[in-house]
Amino acid sequence: MASPEDLIAPRPPRYFEARRKIFPKAVRGSYRNLKWAIMAVTLAIYYVTPWLRWDRGPYAPDQAVLVDIANRRFFMFAIEIWPHEFYYVAGLLIMAAIGLFLVTSSVGRAWCGYACPQTVWTDLFLHVERAIDGDRNAQIRLQKARLGPSKIAKRVTKHGIWLVISVLTGGAWVFYFADAPTLAREIVTGQGPYVAYATIALLTATTYVLGGLMREQFCIYACPWPRIQGAMLDEKSLLVTYKYWRGEPRTHGLKRAAPERVLSLVALAANPELAPRIGDCIDCNACVAVCPTGIDIREGSQIGCITCGLCIDACDEVMDRLDRPRRLIGYSTIADEQAAGDGKAPEHPMKRLLRPRAIAYFLIWASIGLAMLFALGTRSRLDLSVSQNRNPVYVRLSDGSIRNNFTLKVRNMQSRPREVEISIEGLPGGALWSETAARQGAERSIRLNVPADKVTKLRLFVAAPSDGPSRSDLTFRVRALDAEGGEDTHQIHFERPETGR
Amino acid sequence: MAEQRIDEKTGTRTVGHEWDGIEELDTPMPRWWLYTFYATIIFALGYVVAYPAWPLVHDATRGVLGWSSRGEYAREVAAEGVRRSAVREELARIPIERLPENSKLFEAAVAGGASAFKVHCVQCHGSGAAGSKGYPNLNDDDWLWGGDLKMLVATITNGIRQPGNDQTHMSLMPAFGRDQLLKPEEIEDIASHVRVLSAQEKPSASAQRGAALFATNCAVCHGTDAKGSRELGAPNLTDGIWLYGGDRESIVQTIANSRGGVMPAWGTRLDPVTIKMLAAYVHSLGGGEAIVPPASPTPNPAQPAPSPTEAAPAPSANGKP
Repeated sequence: MASPEDLIAPRPPRYFEARRKIFPKAVRGSYRNLKWAIMAVTLAIYYVTPWLRWDRGPYAPDQAVLVDIANRRFFMFAIEIWPHEFYYVAGLLIMAAIGLFLVTSSVGRAWCGYACPQTVWTDLFLHVERAIDGDRNAQIRLQKARLGPSKIAKRVTKHGIWLVISVLTGGAWVFYFADAPTLAREIVTGQGPYVAYATIALLTATTYVLGGLMREQFCIYACPWPRIQGAMLDEKSLLVTYKYWRGEPRTHGLKRAAPERVLSLVALAANPELAPRIGDCIDCNACVAVCPTGIDIREGSQIGCITCGLCIDACDEVMDRLDRPRRLIGYSTIADEQAAGDGKAPEHPMKRLLRPRAIAYFLIWASIGLAMLFALGTRSRLDLSVSQNRNPVYVRLSDGSIRNNFTLKVRNMQSRPREVEISIEGLPGGALWSETAARQGAERSIRLNVPADKVTKLRLFVAAPSDGPSRSDLTFRVRALDAEGGEDTHQIHFERPETGR
Repeated sequence: MAEQRIDEKTGTRTVGHEWDGIEELDTPMPRWWLYTFYATIIFALGYVVAYPAWPLVHDATRGVLGWSSRGEYAREVAAEGVRRSAVREELARIPIERLPENSKLFEAAVAGGASAFKVHCVQCHGSGAAGSKGYPNLNDDDWLWGGDLKMLVATITNGIRQPGNDQTHMSLMPAFGRDQLLKPEEIEDIASHVRVLSAQEKPSASAQRGAALFATNCAVCHGTDAKGSRELGAPNLTDGIWLYGGDRESIVQTIANSRGGVMPAWGTRLDPVTIKMLAAYVHSLGGGEAIVPPASPTPNPAQPAPSPTEAAPAPSANGKP
């Protein structure tokens, strides 16, 4: 608030402002427990996943989840993604985006409050801070205390543990990109690849800075998510709300709240119209003290609110002590709040969840997922792509016939070598031979061995009589010759000079 | 002049602008932002000292690190040269006829030849080696002088019709019209015969007269069957490929004024390894021929070979395999 001096003699404006340090208070309650559980699950997934094994046979790695950049493969349990199948990843990203729409329109910023890595790691760092510096008041005292041995010891311990957590966080990330046990041994013995150490160093720095130092500033200043999510919320989205109609006008402090309430109950029995209008909020600021982003939820929905629900737990505790009903602060929608203020019953949660907008998001989300599952289930593990070499488009041979050159890529996506046959269909009189063979042995098909899990590239020459249309259809077919079979075709054209002969 | 005031709801000073009733609160920026800004200034000062920064009239400031993008490029090129030297040494050692046996080395040679071709050969033969009128298409299976690896090396090294090079391909077709060796109607008759030979025309009286003239004037180089001679670089006149065009007018022009393309002797400009790579690339285009062992060994000690891997033209390579 502006001081009276400001109005008489305004101070020169401050262009920059130091961060107002936040000391979130520890809190107990159902949402805190939910946060504990989600933190445990997400951290466990993050740290354990690279160590899971998955047997894929002798030609492929046995790590369950592996981003193999060197060989350009992405392994995820039974699924193996090749670079040309990257649309699966694109599909997952689209699903994630629509999933964000779906979740945000239905239950608000649940991602921000519970699952976002920034939230999870900041929470973890806050617990470390409390374990060493004590809770909110002790932290404030320590902040103000002069620098002495005890403060230095505490600061060094805290930042040391933060750094250890950061190193472990960065260290876990690299295991997704190489065989985890091998890499772990290499890293510990100092023989790891340079890029592994660089990645660990970078992620250590970002974890320490974002989780330990920047914390809520990242959400408020840097993250685009709150802006996007804020735009997707509407009056039927779940938010952490302060019930104005119930809380206002506030009283100040427990002691003042209680006798007035007793008085009002006595007076109420005699003359209900004499009852002073008094709210449940006692302005104890418990909700502000526990907030990890340092906001006052009673000012309404705002960008700093990550809807983590810790203020709900804090307020519930106070309401219990006051013997008032819980959830003066609670998850609610703007529409329900308005209805409640008008004395109407809130909408049934199912009706809210099943509104057209949410159903539309869900249908889009689910249909993309089903389409990807279908594509994944029916995809061929033998793939052929053909391109025509167009410089020159055709070559006239000395016997007058026309030759076209093609570059074929045969992808054997099985983890074993296979023998395949490549043949041409259409093009009467046409015959093919490979770059390592001669035209004398040209036939309608050739056989070749394709190595496991590799793309085989070969150049084929196709010759055909010159009398024919300037462009004929030509189909290449690759067929696996083993018991399992499988084939793929590629349609392309055979080009001749316009004048024929 | 706009008036600064304190916003009642937030207690924040306004900056004093007002547009259609909308005012801007004068909210200070976070201090770390300011420090970040200072850090960028310090970084920029350091950068200016360390790296080339200020443009001068002919040059730029050099920077204390001595770094330059040109120097970086030179280092990379030198490092690449070192990286390739092993392959080049191996290529220098291997005789050209044994190159296809080492498929990895052959692939490397084809790749190197492709880029050398882009520098030295595309001006005449085109970027895809498809040639044009007067410049042979190197993709096809018709070779004036021979299309095996040894002959390709010999052709590239010594060129075609290069004066002063005693190993160059040399031949000369008489200009039957210009030098008045044949009458214009006789030339027309020979053209008819040649077009019958290549199945472009039906037999005619003119062609019959042309056949007799061909036997006396042309067969000495092009052969009695008109299938040409690689020793003389005389083209096969019965096939579908025409370097200067197979239509009547072009053939009449050819007989009347003669033809004879030239190609530089690259042995004086390129090193033997690059020539080997070029030969491998041209050979890989689809028309490369297998090396035919000579029917009878006819070494030619009079001609010193430019390098151990290059040999004189294979004497048996007359006609097509």
